[in-house]
Amino acid sequence: MFSTIIRALAALVVTTSAVFAADHYKQEITDYDFSFEGPFGTFDQNQLQRGLKVYTQVCSSCHGLKFVPIRTLGDSGGPGFSEDQVKAYAGEIEVFDRTLADGEGDYRTATPPDLFPVNNSVGAPDLSLMAKARAGFHGPLNLGIKQLLKGSGGPEYIASLLTGYTGEEREEAGSILYGNKAFKGGWISMAPPLGDDYVEFDDGAPADLESAAQDVAAFLMWTAEPKLAARKQMGLTAIIMLALFSVLLYLTNKRIWAPVKGTKDV
Amino acid sequence: MAGIPHDHYKPNSPAERWIERRLPIIGLIYDTMMIPTPKNLNWMWIWGIVLTFTLVLQIVTGIVLAMHYTPQIDLAFASVEHIMRNVNGGWALRYLHSNGASLFFVAVYAHIFRSLYYGSYKAPREVTWIIGIVIYLLMMGTAFMGYVLPWGQMSFWGATVITGLFGAIPWVGESIQTWLLGGPAVGNPTLNRFFSLHYLMPFLILGLTIVHIWSFHTTGNNNPTGVEVRRTSKEEAKKDTLPFWPYFVIKDLFALAVILLVFFAIVGFIPNYLGHPDNYIEANALITPAEIVPEWYFLPFYAILRAFTADVWVVIAADWITGGIVDAKFFGVIAMFGSIIVMALAPWLDTSSIRSGRYRPMFKWWFALLALDFLVLMWVGSMPTVSPYDWISLIAAAYWFAYFLVILPLLGVIEKPLARPATIEEDFAAHYGETGSATGMRLPGEKSGTPAE
Repeated sequence: MFSTIIRALAALVVTTSAVFAADHYKQEITDYDFSFEGPFGTFDQNQLQRGLKVYTQVCSSCHGLKFVPIRTLGDSGGPGFSEDQVKAYAGEIEVFDRTLADGEGDYRTATPPDLFPVNNSVGAPDLSLMAKARAGFHGPLNLGIKQLLKGSGGPEYIASLLTGYTGEEREEAGSILYGNKAFKGGWISMAPPLGDDYVEFDDGAPADLESAAQDVAAFLMWTAEPKLAARKQMGLTAIIMLALFSVLLYLTNKRIWAPVKGTKDV
Repeated sequence: MAGIPHDHYKPNSPAERWIERRLPIIGLIYDTMMIPTPKNLNWMWIWGIVLTFTLVLQIVTGIVLAMHYTPQIDLAFASVEHIMRNVNGGWALRYLHSNGASLFFVAVYAHIFRSLYYGSYKAPREVTWIIGIVIYLLMMGTAFMGYVLPWGQMSFWGATVITGLFGAIPWVGESIQTWLLGGPAVGNPTLNRFFSLHYLMPFLILGLTIVHIWSFHTTGNNNPTGVEVRRTSKEEAKKDTLPFWPYFVIKDLFALAVILLVFFAIVGFIPNYLGHPDNYIEANALITPAEIVPEWYFLPFYAILRAFTADVWVVIAADWITGGIVDAKFFGVIAMFGSIIVMALAPWLDTSSIRSGRYRPMFKWWFALLALDFLVLMWVGSMPTVSPYDWISLIAAAYWFAYFLVILPLLGVIEKPLARPATIEEDFAAHYGETGSATGMRLPGEKSGTPAE
């Protein structure tokens, strides 16, 4: 009963110092350039398609995307699949359907309205929101300046993690840990998943480790924030409208107050 | 309405008279909109409108979000993702609502510190001040419970830590905590009641906002000089004031538009900047996040909570005197709530007869230090509790209390105030030159009839 509370309170005291201690191990996050950065940046459709391929052929063997509907592969601003391409992609996926086999559930071929399958076969975390659930950039001194300038760095973290393996291994409590420069603490339980030319891209783009890592990081940013383009569009429209509105109100205000302030008359 | 003498609504047609005799609602709206307002109000008097707007924004976006949200621990996180992905404009609603909370607190802190500087809390506006503090407490409760609803890691562990504070109360603490949570730990009953209360409390805030406005419409607004509007006659009152409509409505709307410009830039371009990445991880009772940090607007008080550790002499003394009843944990809780209580008591702790900080040469500096102190507390609340941050937070927390409990009472005795303008009219004239019209009540478009007196 109290274990959670005690754990939480202990976390306040103990892990804050652990965080401080972790600062001694410097996580190395490369500030990759992504097309969706900045107020006008949008996703690169080809890159998303390449990233999807990396996810499908590599990541999906251990990870799931349980919050992402397959049909959204056809959304504008996303990978931009045609209806047939979406159907074809769905046709290659098996999903678990609880309504089959008299309520016991069974696997069936997916259709576009289905979500990407859950995958926790080896306890790997779901990747739907990973690009927003990790921060690549911090500080300095918790002032949030770096995040303001560079963004929170989720996709950069993912790409850096995939390229950050040092090649070292060590055994701890019966499991093998792999040295990784981007991972907090420096040791991760995921074996290096990606290497040069693990995937072959349809558009002939380079498939070396660094390129493929950036492609899948961009794809995971899309799965985490599929409405990014619409959001920036709204922001821009709102800013233009409000700037115009502000100028009009400023002039109105000035005119209303002019006779009262006595500096000049209307 | 009592207070400043001004022209009241007079029904002109038989239809208006018919309504007014049965329900004087047109008169109420007229008197509210045309309320005489000190004409020298500066740009720090815009936050009330910003707050009212934000309250409406939060209620409207919140009601729509509630149509799509599921308050059940296995479904809550997924239902938020459903809003973000499948609901038309759902992402916009959610980002407006979550960043709206931040806008709310930016505005309320500006509003509170304006009151603290210009002495708006002093007689006869103590009731307005106290209602304001109650609104602020309700806002904190609402924001805290709202943050739990997405059921991310920070939601869950934040709720665990904060409700754990009640567990620090001697004897009854654990029972209170269990009662608040609806069970032994944060779980489905907690989520359900937080959702229910998160929906209810904004309407309490709305009701209190109306009372808040009612009370200062009765006493009249404070103003940067702290000099009261002359009430001896309607003519004199008119020289000090202007009607709320259109002068202050347009001014406030201009300020609101500029603030919303910044707000929409944040929502559009960096909507997750003010949030914690861990809240995009679904709540898990078995995995404690590396750090449990509250939202930025709670950090100053979180810093005060953590400042008083077991090795501080005040805490040791309190522990010894009370025979261990007030231990370090309980002391921290008392300090956190106490920091808001001492602020609420400001009208009685401030002994100065001068209302506005403008004419208080010593107060000015202590106040500036308090504002800085607040920012330091906010920053140090996000830092780990190790040296040097532990003693920075201790000094900063101590200054917060010293300001209200020692400095404010003392200043009134030792400070020699500067000369104040005799009237608001005089202050306004010093700032903008003589007024163009005799009364200042001329509406735009109206020809200037009489020259200045």
